Amino acid sequence: MGSVKLENVRKTFDPNITVVHDVNLLIEDKEFVVLVGPSGCGKSTTLRMIAGLEEITSGNISIDNVVVNDIPPKDRDIAMVFQNYALYPHMNVFENMAFGLKLRKYEKAEIQKRVNKAAGILGISQLLDRRPKALSGGQRQRVALGRAIVRQPKVFLFDEPLSNLDANLRVQMRTEISRLHHQIETTMIYVTHDQVEAMSMGDRIVVMKDGYIYQVDTPLNIYNFPANKFVASFIGSPTMNFMLGKVQNGEMHSFAIADNSFSLPLPESLKSKLSQFAGQEVILGIRPEHIHTIQQSQSPTLVSVNVDIEVLETVGNEMFVYFSLQNSKSKDHFVARVPPDTRLKVGSPFSLYIDTSKLHFFDKATEKSI
Amino acid sequence: MKRFKLKNKLARFATHAILILFTIIAVYPVLQVVTISLRQADRLLSTSLEIIPDNATLNAYVELFTNRPFLLWTANSAFVSFVVTLTGVVLASMAGYAFSRFNFLGKKFGLLSLLVTQMFPATMLLLPLYIMMIYLGLINTYIGIIVVYSATALPFCVWTMKGYYDTIPFSLEEAARIDGCNQFQAFYKIILPLAAPALVITGLFSFMAAWSEYIVAAQVLQDTKLWTLPLGLKSFESNMTTEWGLYGAASFIVMIPVVALFLLLSRWLVSGLTLGSVKG
Repeated sequence: MGSVKLENVRKTFDPNITVVHDVNLLIEDKEFVVLVGPSGCGKSTTLRMIAGLEEITSGNISIDNVVVNDIPPKDRDIAMVFQNYALYPHMNVFENMAFGLKLRKYEKAEIQKRVNKAAGILGISQLLDRRPKALSGGQRQRVALGRAIVRQPKVFLFDEPLSNLDANLRVQMRTEISRLHHQIETTMIYVTHDQVEAMSMGDRIVVMKDGYIYQVDTPLNIYNFPANKFVASFIGSPTMNFMLGKVQNGEMHSFAIADNSFSLPLPESLKSKLSQFAGQEVILGIRPEHIHTIQQSQSPTLVSVNVDIEVLETVGNEMFVYFSLQNSKSKDHFVARVPPDTRLKVGSPFSLYIDTSKLHFFDKATEKSI
Repeated sequence: MKRFKLKNKLARFATHAILILFTIIAVYPVLQVVTISLRQADRLLSTSLEIIPDNATLNAYVELFTNRPFLLWTANSAFVSFVVTLTGVVLASMAGYAFSRFNFLGKKFGLLSLLVTQMFPATMLLLPLYIMMIYLGLINTYIGIIVVYSATALPFCVWTMKGYYDTIPFSLEEAARIDGCNQFQAFYKIILPLAAPALVITGLFSFMAAWSEYIVAAQVLQDTKLWTLPLGLKSFESNMTTEWGLYGAASFIVMIPVVALFLLLSRWLVSGLTLGSVKG
């Protein structure tokens, strides 16, 4: 069993700079949890506190229902993979992987068996005699993974392990780590600033900012039901479009931007929730894929909007259309994700269709989802 | 194009000429020591510039090893230098680690104090050191000389080690601590082997500080049985005459271990001096 529990965990550096604020989190046994957030959000510090590399200022951390606050890293039964691999340069691959086992006084035969098995899983059996400097980035990271898995710990910790790899290798290693999780079925806590990694790998995602947890949920729930504006903007690429406007409570509930050059009827499902915001400013959010060209679909929830196309970006399987609202004083820019074969021209007026059933609304003051 | 080539050749010639000139200036006196050691006793003050003199003889070397306590002085020097080197390496490797990795009260002050001790000339410290040695009863003992040598070599060694540790990523120790090391094991199993180039510099510096030191030794070691090589060498010079042949021979032999060590460790020295200057 390798559950991890954080209760009111706080980290304060002198003088009074709090980087993690009373974090509460329960990670179940065998779960793959990703901590994601921008630089300085406290995700790495949280991971390092779980590892025991950073002391906690207050609160409790338990691994397998045992409070580990004062237990040194070596006795927490964890393994960690670092961003810069942290392989021991003076040892070869075998010695690197066997180091932890030797320290724990395992029998030679057992060490040999475990290292060979891990090397087999990771496809590095032919590299066991090499020193780290003779390995490529991807091979080094595999060795780092191998060093972690030979120990068969209760919990694996990953601190941005793929950040130093090139794009292709990153995708490949991402899949390998997910496969590894299925193979060895151990609790994994993974820190990244890359939302694609978070979405594709985690059973659950913990979105953090400024030392606070903003949302904990499954990747799909985080994407479809963001708890607040920050989560909505951080998860998803290109990022969600935001628009400030007022809820108008006339015959038809609608949302209109300040100069009334653009308004949208509100969906049935949101009417009751939004009625209490009548006359008040709210933030509307719409994901780029929920803005369509007419060719894509014709549905009753689609509302047409006239736009000026500013930039087109074709990325092969899709195209990003950057536009502004026509006849609007607003300087805001928006983006839509459309099929790559859509015939569009920069500078020309065009009509796009917003799917009003997919709108998100956020309280302007608290930025919480409505 | 032709003019450019000619200019290039001239520049290269000038560079080499200057280099050769300075090499001669640096090496010739050393060769002259060898020459003097090989001369016949009646030609010691010859002004000839030849390197291997006419009728060269090894008499000075034979005399040195048979009729003088040269081997005893060498053994004494070797012992003192070895202990000073060991003390320097052990203490500096640990002190440098503490200065590099831990935050503690007085860290900055400590580092700065170590640096300040290097600003004073050795002769200025001679009197206070001598008085301290008398009070501590360390005059005429190896412990006395070893303490002084270690104390003078340590500041440089600590700074060197600290600077080198600073270039070793923290994550290596962290990985080791997670793998099962305590702080000290992480230090000696992971960090120390990686700091080998700095250890070599530290060792060499400590060794040289002890091997060729004269002034302090002359104050502390008064019993001829305890003399180190520099004191022994000085004894060839008396009020009336100086035994230049013996002086030359002994000087040449004293040089050998230092040169040999340099050659042996040069690989480490070069990598030690360049490593860490670029983050790799």
